[in-house]
Amino acid sequence: MDKLKFASVWMGGCSGCHMSFLDLDEWLFDLAEAVEVVYSPVADIKTFPQHVDVTLVEGAIANQDHLELIQTIRKNSKLVVSFGDCAVTGNVTAMRNPLDGAEVVLDRAYKDAQLLRPQVPHDDGIVPPLVDHVVPVHAVIPVDLYIPGCPPPAKRIRAVLQALVEGKSPEMIGREMLKFG
Amino acid sequence: MNLEELNATATNERLAQAKKNHHLHVCVGTACQALNSEQIAKALQTALRQQGRNGEAEVKCVGCPGLCSLGPLVEVASRVNGGPTQPANESPADANHRTAVLYQFVKPEDAEEIIAHLGGEPVKRLETPLDQPFFTRQTKVVLENCGKVDPERIEDYIAVGGYQALLKVLTEMTPQQVIDEITRSGLRGRGGAGFPTGLKWGTVAKADPNRYPTNVPEGIQSRKFVICNGDEGDPGAFMDRSVMEGDPHRILEGMAIAAYAVGANHGFIYVRAEYPLAVKRLRTAIRQAQRAGLLGNAIGGTAFSFNVEIRLGAGAFVCGEETALMASIEGGRGTPRPRPPFPAESGLWGCPTLINNVETLANVPPIILKGAEWFAGIGTEKSKGTKVFALTGQVKNTGLIEVPMGISLREIVFDIGGGIPDGKEFKAVQTGGPSGGCIPAQFLDMPVDYESLAKVGSIMGSGGMIVMDDSTDMIEVARFFMEFCMDESCGKCIPCRVGTVQMHRILTKIQEGKATTRDLQILEGLCDLVKHTSLCGLGQSAPNPVISTLRYFRDEYLSKVKPG
Amino acid sequence: MPRTLTINGQEVSAGNEQTILEAARDANIRIPTLCHLDGLTDVGACRMCLVEVVGSNKLLPACTTRVQEGMEVHTDTERLRAYRRQIIELLFAERNHVCAVCVANGHCELQNLGIAVGMDHVRYDYLFPRLGVDLSHERFGMDHNRCILCTRCVRACDQLEGAHTIDVLGRGARSLIVRDMNIPWGESTTCTSCGKCVMACPTGALFKQGSTVAEMVHDVEKLAFLRAARERKVWNV
Repeated sequence: MDKLKFASVWMGGCSGCHMSFLDLDEWLFDLAEAVEVVYSPVADIKTFPQHVDVTLVEGAIANQDHLELIQTIRKNSKLVVSFGDCAVTGNVTAMRNPLDGAEVVLDRAYKDAQLLRPQVPHDDGIVPPLVDHVVPVHAVIPVDLYIPGCPPPAKRIRAVLQALVEGKSPEMIGREMLKFG
Repeated sequence: MNLEELNATATNERLAQAKKNHHLHVCVGTACQALNSEQIAKALQTALRQQGRNGEAEVKCVGCPGLCSLGPLVEVASRVNGGPTQPANESPADANHRTAVLYQFVKPEDAEEIIAHLGGEPVKRLETPLDQPFFTRQTKVVLENCGKVDPERIEDYIAVGGYQALLKVLTEMTPQQVIDEITRSGLRGRGGAGFPTGLKWGTVAKADPNRYPTNVPEGIQSRKFVICNGDEGDPGAFMDRSVMEGDPHRILEGMAIAAYAVGANHGFIYVRAEYPLAVKRLRTAIRQAQRAGLLGNAIGGTAFSFNVEIRLGAGAFVCGEETALMASIEGGRGTPRPRPPFPAESGLWGCPTLINNVETLANVPPIILKGAEWFAGIGTEKSKGTKVFALTGQVKNTGLIEVPMGISLREIVFDIGGGIPDGKEFKAVQTGGPSGGCIPAQFLDMPVDYESLAKVGSIMGSGGMIVMDDSTDMIEVARFFMEFCMDESCGKCIPCRVGTVQMHRILTKIQEGKATTRDLQILEGLCDLVKHTSLCGLGQSAPNPVISTLRYFRDEYLSKVKPG
Repeated sequence: MPRTLTINGQEVSAGNEQTILEAARDANIRIPTLCHLDGLTDVGACRMCLVEVVGSNKLLPACTTRVQEGMEVHTDTERLRAYRRQIIELLFAERNHVCAVCVANGHCELQNLGIAVGMDHVRYDYLFPRLGVDLSHERFGMDHNRCILCTRCVRACDQLEGAHTIDVLGRGARSLIVRDMNIPWGESTTCTSCGKCVMACPTGALFKQGSTVAEMVHDVEKLAFLRAARERKVWNV
């Protein structure tokens, strides 16, 4: 049997979900045996490949790049997993939404709060523009599986991945698997 | 005032009216009044004086005769030969009707010409035929006095048989006999749900005021209450307003009869403050009835006492829901509470309370006078009597109509309503306001009664009827009513408070072309949730406009959503 | 006179004044609740405890419906489970419930119900309203972003403290819990600072000042104790 082609993506989030993933410690060796990592922030691969079996998406859709990449991910992945609260709900990334628009947020961060050279960074093609309203992944593309948690505990991630590697669908019930936050 | 005095008043009033050959009825309902009809009445009076004819004619301000789209309306009722030919037992209203002329779009400047033509040929350029189907296809029970009597004069009401039913009940019938009569008539609640009125009265009559804890304010002796629900709130509906404005004594009489039947001595009329004219005329009517001894203590010389107070609603739609209405009367937030206990057992301040809609109560006096059999002879097997509708939308004749139950939608829209204007095609009719549904052309020949309307996914409701032509966007209709429900949700229960917001959001997304078939599924799931889990009728019926348009106009939805 | 009924097929006996919710609890059958709180009157508003009763075409709130002889109640059907999950999702979408940074994280009834109904994500659009936080009171705070409008604080303030400082402003989705005539909490002249509203709150909407993420534990049981102690002189609940 071919190894599962595994990808993980880091979008509008703090990378905490990936940190929690790394908390799987020595089980990561077992995982590495079972899957082929084809794309991940912890692997130096530049473009999102085709024919991916499982993609974990960390983070919400917060900028133009995310909007484009998520379409590629959907097209190229059999199973898309919303990985962590930002991907599932918008979470902290979306806390800027009530402020109504990206501009006020950028002004607050780069102008109001700066004493020296207050300016909003902009460089077409390099700094992706923020979307006005942050949304969870499933607001943009169909999502197959949701792993809540901020971050999802390593045990929860392992339970999901173990099931997927074994070709089963993970049972997302109970506090261990479903608690947000 | 006892029966003898009542009869004497009626006779005197009739004789006084019979002295005049011509009666000019000027509509001063809200719609015509907004078009300056009070000025018309004044101009007519001036013209009468100037032409020296005030001995033979009188000008009377009356309630709405119904055909609002042609207002301001003036009806001139004349006796054919000018002599006192009226039979003794016939009311002037009946006699006048035979020889009446109706003038449309009247302006104060037309007054002189109208007066000059009294007794001669009518003013042709203003005349609108009274034998058109709009009038001939109607059956007036509730509205029989609207447009005929002066709502600000109790004598005028008494002259057409007013308060006869009340005195008959008080002197000749036991409360149980009254309830039996109403039960046999088959009258059902006109507020929307169609609950059998006699059954409701019987429940309140039997209810033990000590069963539930009560806290009636000091100064109110009654331990049972009668409430008239005049919180008419459906967009486009003005049936109850017209009755309250045009024939307020009728409501008071109906309430007093109900109070006698259930054993209440205190009543409230809950009217929205947006109906200032109705409030003013009801206040006047209450004062007059009290002075005449037809409300208050020892009514008609009997041991029965009944006082009525008016409570103004601040305009929240949900206050038409009976438990929210009672909370509002009590001075609390107008939010509904779970039933049971039903108001009939534990209502206002915990006391057994009868709540009837304006139109329901207005049906009561004629049932008492003419008998349950007469009433049951009108309408269908399960829906007796008549129903008042506010006919609006894309139809030639808009206004207030009263039709026998069981009439077909086609007769209402095409005969009474005169069909669709501007050469367009009929598409649907919306009944029941934000709680109702849209009925497509395939059901035009369906009889209008409680069961048939429910079967096709709408409701009778309080009587709003909006006709739509083929240019109507049905999703926009659903969105309009959803926006209404969203704004009017009291916020107490979650499905209604948040569900309506989410449904409105999806409908907006559909209109903006941003929705997918997944959104449509979510919308249908929300319809199911809000309908079955909301606390009160507002939420339970809020999805109806969406459900019915999804049912009959699904193609319109599908053409606007993307796959996904 | 006691009543006999069945709940989920199990025979249960109950006092005639008991509600379905009380009878079920006595029989160790759990019905999810949110606006209900022992010690306060019930309002039947959250609709989480809706149950199916054979012979009734409407779903009935267990918290306000009294038991009847021979009643056949179902509390956990597929239909009810679907409705409950929808209701919880609607609440999460309505305001800004960010568990990760909430004072009540880990001690929140809304969060627990999310788990109980199997909510792995919210199907509805998040509405992201712009709402304030009232920190004007010296000991307590109110975060409207976390409020689910269950009115437990309103009832606790009215029924247990007798102050009626708290009530609801506005209607529909624009409803807001306010103090007195919508003034900052710290300026309220009727608030006794008793903290019962904070105890009653199921989420992180009401909290003790100084609490940070996951530190706010509400003492909901205290309210039932207070009521029992006062009305029935029972001290060992």
